[in-house]
Amino acid sequence: MYTDSWNDTIIALATPQGVGAIGVIRLSGSKAIEIVNTLFVKKDLSKQASHTLHVGILKDMDAVIDEVVVSLFISPHSYTGENVVEISCHGSAFIQQKIIDACIEKGARLAKPGEFTQRAFLNGKLDLTQAEAVADLIASNTEASRKTALQNMRGGFSGVLKNLREQLLKFSALIELELDFSQEDVEFADRTQFYELITSAEQITRNLLQSFKLGNVIRNGVQVAIIGKPNAGKSTLLNTLLNENRAIVSDIAGTTRDTIEEVINIEGILFRLIDTAGIRTSDNEIESIGVEKSLEKMRNADIVIYMFDCAHETKENLLHEQEQLTSACKNHLLIGNKLDLMNADDIIKKFDGLDILFISAKEHTHVNLLKKRLVEEVVTGNIETENVVVTNARHYEALQKINDALIDIRKGMDNKIPGDLIALDIRRCLHYLGEITGLITNEDQLDYIFSKFCIGK
Amino acid sequence: MFPEYDVIVVGAGHAGCEAAASAANLGSKVLLITMNMQTIAQMSCNPAMGGIAKGQIVREIDALGGYSGIVTDKSMIQFRMLNKSKGPAMWSPRAQSDRMLFASTWRTMLEQTENVDFYQDTVKGILVKDSRANGVITGLGHQIQSKTVIITSGTFLNGIIHIGEKNFGGGRISEKNATGITEQLVELGFESDRLKTGTPPRIDGRSLKYSAMEVQQGDEEITGFSFLPVNTIKASEQLPCHITYTNKEVHETLKKGFDRSPMFCGRIEGTGPRYCPSIEDKINRFAERDRHQIFVEPEGFNTVEIYVNGFSTSLPEDTQYEAIRKMPGFENAKMFRPGYAIEYDYFPPTQLKHSLETKIIDNLFFAGQINGTTGYEEAACQGLMAGINAHQKVIESEPLILNRDEAYIGVLIDDLISKGTEEPYRMFTSRAEFRTLLRQDNADLRLTEKSFRLGLASQERMELVLAKQKGVEEIKTVLQSYSLLPAEANIYLKKINSAEIEEKQKTMRLLLRPDVTLPEMIEEIPALRERLHSFSRDIIEQAEIQVKYERYIEKEQELAQRMSAMENALIPESFNYDKVSALSAEALQKFKKIRPRTLGQASRISGVNPSDVQILMVYMGR
Repeated sequence: MYTDSWNDTIIALATPQGVGAIGVIRLSGSKAIEIVNTLFVKKDLSKQASHTLHVGILKDMDAVIDEVVVSLFISPHSYTGENVVEISCHGSAFIQQKIIDACIEKGARLAKPGEFTQRAFLNGKLDLTQAEAVADLIASNTEASRKTALQNMRGGFSGVLKNLREQLLKFSALIELELDFSQEDVEFADRTQFYELITSAEQITRNLLQSFKLGNVIRNGVQVAIIGKPNAGKSTLLNTLLNENRAIVSDIAGTTRDTIEEVINIEGILFRLIDTAGIRTSDNEIESIGVEKSLEKMRNADIVIYMFDCAHETKENLLHEQEQLTSACKNHLLIGNKLDLMNADDIIKKFDGLDILFISAKEHTHVNLLKKRLVEEVVTGNIETENVVVTNARHYEALQKINDALIDIRKGMDNKIPGDLIALDIRRCLHYLGEITGLITNEDQLDYIFSKFCIGK
Repeated sequence: MFPEYDVIVVGAGHAGCEAAASAANLGSKVLLITMNMQTIAQMSCNPAMGGIAKGQIVREIDALGGYSGIVTDKSMIQFRMLNKSKGPAMWSPRAQSDRMLFASTWRTMLEQTENVDFYQDTVKGILVKDSRANGVITGLGHQIQSKTVIITSGTFLNGIIHIGEKNFGGGRISEKNATGITEQLVELGFESDRLKTGTPPRIDGRSLKYSAMEVQQGDEEITGFSFLPVNTIKASEQLPCHITYTNKEVHETLKKGFDRSPMFCGRIEGTGPRYCPSIEDKINRFAERDRHQIFVEPEGFNTVEIYVNGFSTSLPEDTQYEAIRKMPGFENAKMFRPGYAIEYDYFPPTQLKHSLETKIIDNLFFAGQINGTTGYEEAACQGLMAGINAHQKVIESEPLILNRDEAYIGVLIDDLISKGTEEPYRMFTSRAEFRTLLRQDNADLRLTEKSFRLGLASQERMELVLAKQKGVEEIKTVLQSYSLLPAEANIYLKKINSAEIEEKQKTMRLLLRPDVTLPEMIEEIPALRERLHSFSRDIIEQAEIQVKYERYIEKEQELAQRMSAMENALIPESFNYDKVSALSAEALQKFKKIRPRTLGQASRISGVNPSDVQILMVYMGR
């Protein structure tokens, strides 16, 4: 059952996501060598033998991306049975993403989970025992990703995507209505209605593309804003986490004039910590700018740490803060600082009934617990998880295809091409949307048609 | 009294007739058993063949060597090519048939087919030995042996007819139903369920005032269904259909009968088709509409009987009668027979293999409404495939399975087997992923060779296909190589208000303009006429479609090719899904029930996630 009808080239990071000394990116497909060759400086890779290594530089346009080692495996002597190129690069997520982006631009496509193995299997490169060994590996991953996907579906499934899905479903159903039910006595949508639907879908897609900006999270990590009243110890916490003195720390309220951002790595997950100027109203102009920036950072953060001084905070105020954070839909942690200055029993009594982590930033007390909580917030999927980082790239790619198809649809309408041919592009569009939201089947379209129009003789 | 047959076909409707014909033409000894020799190939519902998506199926049946296309061509009273204003994938032939001529033509063709025997009797049960069908038992007590059995029971299995508050057993109005088969099959482990369908009243055409209705004429050119040259009527001989509308008064009158409606009072359990609702269903669900379109269709050349398409109903006869007379043109209408609803048994088709053989009992095949479909065309194509595959089973050869990118027939069977159906399944073009490839104009190019290799499609058919392919290539060569001078092309371009050319241009490029057509170019441009006049209309049309829509056809071909690796990855029949621990519970259950034949089919089962398929793929032995 050897088959070579897979004619596109797939790409994925082959080493674990996160920070390591090196990373390996793998491409498989008939154009794997050709694609890398366009980025590779020094040698013509297409003239090299199979199973050879080549040191060189990858350049995108004129910008150097990284110095890499490229391994070539020429079909059929490779893991997948197709041409395979493995790029060993430096272990930065940023660099790896750049390389992947560059290859995608040259015609590669992001691999789906298990797709390399799928190809290896379909090309007869794996026998049952080998396949089973790989399956055990994949199964464990897929189990987790399936859960995340389900969670996405049930809980935070973006309303925007739902809206897009509905718009496109409606559009496709109206087009199909004209085709399959042209003989029926129903009113067909006019082109202005189609135009409105397509424009609206395009708008949604564009917004999504902007909001999903590829690599946003990969590059920036999980955004964590540390907020709180002046002198609550935010900078101290940041310094403790960083183990170095970046922010200016003093006992005078309002010392931190601007926001400070630092990236730390906890258990392989990147967190971008944003220390904010103490939020309080101020007449001091410079400080006011700082406050404004703090608020903005807070709005963009994935997690908000509200930090307070145990001695000076009241329970009422804390409840008020919590309510505000909840209404802003922010994942937040309440952190009570300066545990070292008070009796633990008193503190617990004072804030009874609230979920608070008490620490001493200065003495490093319970800072490890804080780190653990941060990781948990990410892993349990309360915020967009590491999985979503991957999915994000996938979403982005799919959304771009959706966008391309939408443009084709609009051009088609401009050129007055028949509905069945417009439908072809809509199907493309729905196919890619299906990669994000699950398939829209023709049953969905028919359901829509039968619920809205009186069909049948 | 009976020899041992290769194939016994139970039921002589559209599915049964095609099954008998295809198996016999392939060389099997066939017995066609029907309860009534006078009702072979009845059009139980409307007297029409084809339509959108259905017309494509009839063309496919014909391309494969079935009879439905020829019979339709020989018995039509009107022909229309629907959707002509849309792209070629949507062009759909439809014919009004002379109901009696249709049935008698079928019977004549079957009688002229070697290897087909007939017997009039009811089948009470199937002879089964070691989970293998080997004959049937009839109502008269005959045990007839055969290597395979095809059941095409239509609406006859435990059929119950409803008219208002009356209901009684029947397979069609005034015909007995069939009992015993369902009970036996359920005993053997089959699952069965109930479906419902309906039909409108028939009217005396002499009592109608056509001047109060809109006229619907046939096309000026009849292109027909069969790829073979068949004698059909002349365009001028066609009969017109008429269109009228219901109104508020009709609706109010109908509503008076609602309290005696078997639908609304819960006497009907079976699910009816959403796209073929009864008139009471329409006014109930779409209360805001104050009129519905009704097609007034003649039943034939030699009868005054009229079919009232769109007025399907199971309301009491007096309500039907009173309401129908409120429609324009129907004021004095006389009813020949009332409309009715019928409930019948079907067997959820997930119990079948792609060959249409059942999974539980070897050598037993189902085709048509027994599989949950509706429509003559859907039934006929299943009959054809069941006939072919029963024969293949007899000669111990591989079944013929058509893929989703090869034929609507492939889409239909794969949908049934992978997804099952809970309402009568009708084909729509939107069900086909590769609509642009599955056109009515190229059914022969797609399918005839496959059938010819099996020994079903005739030498004549194959030669016609080869001539078509050759002709199309020759025309395309001319279009690609011949450049038109402005002087040659501009007269025509000016005539159709298309931009004139200033330099010479390849004919192909001009043809790509939306408003330019090849037949017109040949007509208007002498240089082209000289080169292309000898080609027939359908060959010119084929070349034009291939050139004009090349980009779209290629897009779909590319997609189809991407899918083919999955479609070609066979899952062993004995595959043990239980050992694949990572599958989701739903996928595990569905896989075990449906036992998909390929990874592609596995991916189409509802409730199955891509990750399940990927896991399966890696576990799967080759």
